[in-house]
Amino acid sequence: MMSDGFKAIWAVLTVLAVIVVLWYAACIPMNIKGVLTEQERAGAEVQPTSAKDRRDMSEFGLVLNNSFAIPATWEQDRPRLPAPHQVAIEIWETTVQKKITSKRSLIYHGWVTLSATMLGFVIGTGLGILLAVGIVHSRVMDLSVMPWAIVSQTIPIIALAPMIIVVLYSVGIQGIIPKAVISAYLSFFPVVVGMVKGLRSPDAMQLDLLRTYSASRSQGFWKLRLPASMPYLFTSLKIGIAASLVGAIVGELPTGAVAGLGARLLAGSYYGQTVQIWSALFAAAILAACLVGLLGLVERTVLKRMGMAQ
Amino acid sequence: MTNNSRQQTCIFEAAHLDLTFQTNDGPIHALKDVNLTVDKGEFVSFIGPSGCGKTTFLRCIAALETPTGGTLTVNGMTPDEARRNRAYGYVFQAAGLYPWRTIAKNIKLPLEIMGYSTAEQDERVRSVLELVDLEGFGGKFPWQLSGGMQQRASIARALAFDADILLMDEPFGALDEIVRDHLNEQLLALWARTEKTIGFVTHSIPEAVYLSTKIVVMSPRPGRITDVIDSPLPKERPLDIRDTPEFIEVAHRVREGLRAGHADDE
Amino acid sequence: MILVLFAIVVWVLGWWLNSRLASGPYADTRLVRFLAPFIFGVTIIVIWELLVRGLEVSLVILPAPSVIAVRFANSLPILWEDFVQTIIKGAFSGYIIGCFAAFLMAIAVDRWDFLRLGLLPVGNFVAALPIVGTAPILVMWFGFDWHSKAAVVVVMVFFPMLVNTVAGLREATAMQRDLMETYAATYWQSFLKLRLPAAMPFIFNGLKISTTLALIGAIVAEFFGSPTLGMGFRISTSVGQLSLDMVWAEIVVAALAGTAFYGLVAMIEKAVTFWHPSQRG
Ligand SMILES: Nc1ncnc2c1ncn2[C@@H]1O[C@H](COP(=O)(O)OP(=O)(O)OP(=O)(O)O)[C@@H](O)[C@H]1O
Ligand SMILES: [Mg+2]
Repeated sequence: MMSDGFKAIWAVLTVLAVIVVLWYAACIPMNIKGVLTEQERAGAEVQPTSAKDRRDMSEFGLVLNNSFAIPATWEQDRPRLPAPHQVAIEIWETTVQKKITSKRSLIYHGWVTLSATMLGFVIGTGLGILLAVGIVHSRVMDLSVMPWAIVSQTIPIIALAPMIIVVLYSVGIQGIIPKAVISAYLSFFPVVVGMVKGLRSPDAMQLDLLRTYSASRSQGFWKLRLPASMPYLFTSLKIGIAASLVGAIVGELPTGAVAGLGARLLAGSYYGQTVQIWSALFAAAILAACLVGLLGLVERTVLKRMGMAQ
Repeated sequence: MTNNSRQQTCIFEAAHLDLTFQTNDGPIHALKDVNLTVDKGEFVSFIGPSGCGKTTFLRCIAALETPTGGTLTVNGMTPDEARRNRAYGYVFQAAGLYPWRTIAKNIKLPLEIMGYSTAEQDERVRSVLELVDLEGFGGKFPWQLSGGMQQRASIARALAFDADILLMDEPFGALDEIVRDHLNEQLLALWARTEKTIGFVTHSIPEAVYLSTKIVVMSPRPGRITDVIDSPLPKERPLDIRDTPEFIEVAHRVREGLRAGHADDE
Repeated sequence: MILVLFAIVVWVLGWWLNSRLASGPYADTRLVRFLAPFIFGVTIIVIWELLVRGLEVSLVILPAPSVIAVRFANSLPILWEDFVQTIIKGAFSGYIIGCFAAFLMAIAVDRWDFLRLGLLPVGNFVAALPIVGTAPILVMWFGFDWHSKAAVVVVMVFFPMLVNTVAGLREATAMQRDLMETYAATYWQSFLKLRLPAAMPFIFNGLKISTTLALIGAIVAEFFGSPTLGMGFRISTSVGQLSLDMVWAEIVVAALAGTAFYGLVAMIEKAVTFWHPSQRG
C-alpha cells in the first residue's frame, strides 16, 4: 500500500530528525565548559569569571548565564560531543577530498579494515559450513563438537584477540592475516550453529518422503537439506559478518596499528580528536550497514531463485 | 405480537448490512445487504458453505469488525457500546487458551478482567468446569489436554461470566460425535435455564436444526442470507427428536436452501 | 617426539571412545550427551599439553594447560578483583540498566504506532552496527572507571533487547487479542494478562543475546582505558608483557563467567516460559 509506505518513511524521517535535534541540543551542555574556557582566553566576558566556580556549576546554569556562547558549542575544535555537521564535514573531507592512498583518507582506513573482515569472513564461514555438514552427518561429531560450538556463543571469545595479534606478530606474521584470523573465528561459530539448525530443519515427513524414493544420502543433502538450510544460513551470515567487522576493528587496537578504522578510533581517543573518533565510528557503521545490506540483497535474490521467498 | 413489544424483545437487528474487506488483490465483498432481526432468548444458527461470511457476521455483532454499510444494533445500542457493557461471551473457531495459564486460570481470565472477587471466581470456575465435564482438569495446562477438551475449556471460559449474548463460532467442529451430542444437550439445557441469546455457527445441518429456534442459511460471493427458517420444533428437545418427521422436514428445507445458494453460485 | 606420538594416540583413543558411545545403545541418554563433549574437551586439553611439551613450544606463544592452571590457582585474588571490576560492576550493572531501559522503550514503541514505524527500523539498523566502537567516546565522557564500561554495555544491549521485546509484544495472535476485545479489557489489562506473558520467550531471547554482548562490551571497553584492574586491562597489559599464562587465566574466567551468566538467564527462562513449545521438550 502506497500510503503505508509513505507513513513509514515519514515516521523514520521524523525519528531521525528528532535524533539530530536532540544531538545538537546535547552539544550545548556537553561542550559549554570547554567553550567558556576558550572564550575567556580569547578575552570574552564569561559568567562566572573564575574557572573554579565554573567547574562547580552545573552545565545548564552555565548555559543560562552565557547564552552568547551557544553557537560556539557547535564549532569547537576538540568538543566532548561534536555536532552532526562537524562529523559530516570531517567524513566528507577525509573521503571525497582526500586521495585514497593518503594516510588520512577514511576510505583507505576503511579498506584496510574491510579487507581483513572479508578475508576472515570467507574463511570463517567456509570452515563453519564444512563443520556443520560434518556435524549433521556424523553422530560422533554431533555429540562431541556441537555442545562446544553452542557454548562458544555464550563466551566473549573476542577477548582472545589481543593475544592472537601479539603471538602471530612474535612468529613474524602481521598485517592482514592476524586480523583475518580473529574475524574468521568470530564468524565461524554463529555459522556452525545456524547452519546445523538449517540442515536439520526439514521435518520428518519430508525426510520420509525422500526415503520412499530410496534417495541416497547425498541426494538427500543436495535436494532437501541444503536448500532448506538457506534461510538459516543467511541469518547467521548476517550475524557473522557483523561479528567479523567487530573482530577486525578490535584486532587493530592492541599493537598500535597505524591503519584501519580501529586504529583511527584508538588514535582519536589518545589525542582527544573526538571528531575523528566519531567519523571513524560512522565509517564503521556505514560499512556494517553496507555489508549486512548486501547480504540481505543476495539473500533475497537467492531465495527468490529457489522459490523460497515469501 | 404488537409492534411495540417486538421492539422491546428484539436483541439484535441488522439492516442492509454491508462489509467489504480491502485486500491487496482488490476488495472482497464479505457481507452484502444482510437483514436480520433476532429476539431476546432465541437460539440462532448460521449455516452455509465455507467463506460465506458467517464468522464475519458474528464478528460484526461482537464489534470486532466494523461494517462498511447499513446499521446494526444490539440491545438498542451500537455493538461497540454493548461490548463495553460486557454483553458478549465469544467462543472462537479454535480454542485459543493461553498456554501459560492453567485451565482454571484461563477460565478466570475474563473474571479477573471484570473484577469478580476471588471467592466468586473459584466458585464459577468450579461450576463451569462441571458443566463441560472437565472436573479435575483445572490444574492442567492447555497443552496437556486433547483438542476437544481444550475446546470445552474455551466454552467454559465463555460461560463463566454472565453475558447476555453467547456467540459461538463452530465450537464443536473439532469434537467427536458422542461428545458433540452431549455438549449439544448441555448447551440446550443451559440456554433453557438462562434465557441467553445464542448465535451459533455450524457446518452441520442436524446440529443446526437440533439446537436452533431460528436457522439462517447463507451463501457466498458475496456473502448474503438466502433463507431464514423459524423452527417449529418444541423448546423441549430430547436427542431422539432427530428422528421425527418435523425434524427431517426442517433439515430438508435447510438443505434446499444451501443447494439454492450453491446453484446460483455456478 | 615420544610426547607427540603419545598425543596422536590420545586423539585416536578419544575419538574411538566417542565413536563407541555415539553408535552404542545409550547414545541418546543424558549421560552420553554429557560424556561425549566432556571426553572431547579433555582429549583436546591433554593433546594441547603433550604437544606444547613435546614440541617445546615457547611460553610466549602457547602456554601449556598445566601452566595456565597453576597461574590461575596462584592469582585467584587478582582474578577475583578483575572479575568484580569488569563483570559485576561493569557488565552486570550495564546489563540491568540497558535491558530495563530497552523494555520501557519497547512498551512505548508498542503503544504508539508512529514510534514503531519510525524507531524500529532505526533500532534494527543500529543493532547490526559495531557498537563497541562507541567505547572510546564513552570512556572519555564517563571516565576510566567502571561507569564508562557500564555505559558501553547499556548502549550495546539496548537495541537487541528493544527489537526483541517489541517483536514479542506483537506476538499475541489476532484471536487472543479479539478475545480481550470481547471482554472490553483495558490497555493495561490486556498488556499484563496477554501481551507480556506472550512476549516472554522473545524477551528472554533478547536477555540471552545480551549476556554475551555485555561481557564483550565491558572487556573491550577496557582496551580504551581503565584503572589498573579489570579483565580487559589485565589481558591487554599481560599481552604486552608476554605473560600469556595470565591472559589465558583471564580468558578462563571470562568463559566461566559467560557460561554462568547465560546459564542463569536460561534457567530463569525455563521457569518463566515453561509453557512454550521450545521449553516443553
Ligand atoms: N480480515 C480479513 N481480510 C480480508 N478478507 C477477509 C478477512 N476476514 C474474512 N475475509 C474474507 O471474507 C469472506 C468471509 O469470511 P468468513 O471468515 O466470514 O467465512 P466463514 O463463513 O466463517 O467460513 P468458514 O466456514 O470457512 O469459517 C472470505 O472470503 C474471507 O476470505
Ligand atoms: Mg468461519
